Amino acid sequence: MTRENSFYGPLEDPAADAGHLDHPERVGFFTDTSVCIGCKACEVACKEWNLVPEDGFNLLGMSFDNTGMLGADSWRHVAFIEQPRRLGGQDAGVAGLPTGPSRIEETTEVVSAALRETERGGGELGTESVDLGFPSFELPGAGNGAEARTDFRWLMASDVCKHCTHAGCLDVCPTGALFRTEFGTVVVQEDICNGCGYCVSGCPYGVIDRREGDGRAWKCTLCYDRLRDGLEPACAKACPTDSIQFGPLAELRERAQERLEQLHADGVSEARLYGESPDDGVGGHGAVFLLLDEPEVYGLPPDPVVPTRDAGAMWRSAAVAASAFVVAALSAFLGRARP
Amino acid sequence: MNRREEPRSDTGAADTRARVFSRRGDDGGSERPVVPRAEFRSYYDRPVLKPPVWEWKIPAYLFTGGLSAGSAMLGAGADLTGRPGLRRAARVGALGSLVASMYLLVADLGRPERFLHMLRVAKPSSPMSVGTWILVAYGPGAALAGAAELVPPRLRATRPGRLLRWAARPAGLSAAAFAPGVASYTAVLLSHTAVPAWHEAHRQLPFVFTGSASASGGGFGMVFAPVAQAGPARRLGVVGATAELVASRLVDRRLGYAGQAYTTGRAHRLRRLSEYLTLAGAVGAASIARRSRVGAAASGLALLAGSALQRFGVFEAGVESTKDPRYVVVPQRERLEQTGRGSRQA
Ligand code: SF4
Ligand code: SF4
Repeated sequence: MTRENSFYGPLEDPAADAGHLDHPERVGFFTDTSVCIGCKACEVACKEWNLVPEDGFNLLGMSFDNTGMLGADSWRHVAFIEQPRRLGGQDAGVAGLPTGPSRIEETTEVVSAALRETERGGGELGTESVDLGFPSFELPGAGNGAEARTDFRWLMASDVCKHCTHAGCLDVCPTGALFRTEFGTVVVQEDICNGCGYCVSGCPYGVIDRREGDGRAWKCTLCYDRLRDGLEPACAKACPTDSIQFGPLAELRERAQERLEQLHADGVSEARLYGESPDDGVGGHGAVFLLLDEPEVYGLPPDPVVPTRDAGAMWRSAAVAASAFVVAALSAFLGRARP
Repeated sequence: MNRREEPRSDTGAADTRARVFSRRGDDGGSERPVVPRAEFRSYYDRPVLKPPVWEWKIPAYLFTGGLSAGSAMLGAGADLTGRPGLRRAARVGALGSLVASMYLLVADLGRPERFLHMLRVAKPSSPMSVGTWILVAYGPGAALAGAAELVPPRLRATRPGRLLRWAARPAGLSAAAFAPGVASYTAVLLSHTAVPAWHEAHRQLPFVFTGSASASGGGFGMVFAPVAQAGPARRLGVVGATAELVASRLVDRRLGYAGQAYTTGRAHRLRRLSEYLTLAGAVGAASIARRSRVGAAASGLALLAGSALQRFGVFEAGVESTKDPRYVVVPQRERLEQTGRGSRQA
């Protein structure tokens, strides 16, 4: 068992680092968003299998995304991004439609303003019901003439907990409720969690959240129960296009690299991998993504870092401040004779 | 097949999807951000992070915990230097704020009945676990020393009463030994998160918090101890207030992009008010508090209020920095571009 890079940097075997001696291979997801069709079968399968409660039935005005964000009650989240340009060599055929292209710019303005009015600034998406005032009465695209028509592409991506090599949520959990499984995944034990909420702020991706009324923290378990029975996770099982692939992480990383090269060769030069590198700020994801635009366009942080990286600097600074505190108290008594 | 070279689909993205957003007008529009608002891209301007689920109870605890630590230091010092009035006030203050802290910490849990689960593990990577154990070490001493001061006169001569008063000094000293930990760990508690405004402030925040703890401890002593014995309280108040003011200014200046969370909006207003009160309290402690009981009480209260508002201001800045995706995306994007890892070059 290695103690090197336990908290930051490349780490070959997180399960062994956590003390699992004889353990199975590290497993994970490869989510290839270039073949996602936005059917949300993954979201449904996850809810069904894991008995995840509903997160509100509101229309959010984010294209066809009415989940909004991962949260306590959304462990898979399909993002929909409408962009006025082509995907590779495809013709979206929008130019022939009577309504013209998407009015996503305008919609985004409205969504953005409505989000700011909510209690947690939109952070409750995926956990609680959020009413952003949709639907409105205007037809999407109404008011655009033929001259406004553009090329069009839809980016769809099924987001999930990254099962980080260095997981911010796990590092800060004070009860040991969050733990590293023998598969190298990160899971909350619901009978231990006391709902302190520290993990919610520890995750650099905004994945885990506390469930209202229940008081405990919830997130994707990578179907720990199914894994132990030799089954693949429900979302990967349900995905009709194999956009979500499950398997040993080493194999998935290779497959991701191959797919990337293939797409680049096909002229989709904007394809890129996200979370595949063990050298990134969280030591690489257990859930690797292939994206067609910058991560932030999908609501993902472009260069996340596990907060634990700076733990040494923080405690050093705290130690100096604590010493100053002692000196201040001493000098208050020694500084001068009794007045 | 003859493949056509497609232009990169995100070429020139900045002028199509990226927009410069104006801030919500809740800061009265009077303050200009120090750093110009960068262009950035996002998913419907939706937050990237989850805002902390903690509510007012956590910043309130930051204050009561600091107050307890500051008072414990004063109590031990007063005990050793023969200032019974100050000792009594400080020990009772340390006990009272410890009880308040415990209530706030337990009540803030999603499952308060499971608070003992904190004691299942001792986990160095979790500042909340470290803090729990610091409190476990600190609590009994502070509680015992405080309880000894509260023994009613008619019970003082009884055996338990005598025992308690005998134990008060070692108990008070043990509390003082752990008080610096109590006063400073809360800064790490906040910084050890993905919350941009807290994480970026990890160098300065411990000084803000120990300064604030000293100021509030001193303030409490000034309010409740006789003026003749409160000299150390006044000096601790002045030193603490100075440290708090200086460190808090550094937070404003040194954080780069995340600094805006402190210098705009509600967090800014709370911290500005805190500065005025802390400054007034410190000036009072160095002047009128030495002569009049009323002056001492007023200055002490100003220091206490300043310390509390500082905690709420810091807390608010962190929450704000999670609600706005700019705080996450802009600095990270800059870092990528600077180190040449930008995915635009991928
Ligand atoms: S830090 Fe966030 S993304 Fe990483 S394992 Fe924890 S919840 Fe998942
Ligand atoms: S809320 Fe639960 S899982 Fe999250 S850090 Fe606290 S005890 Fe751990």
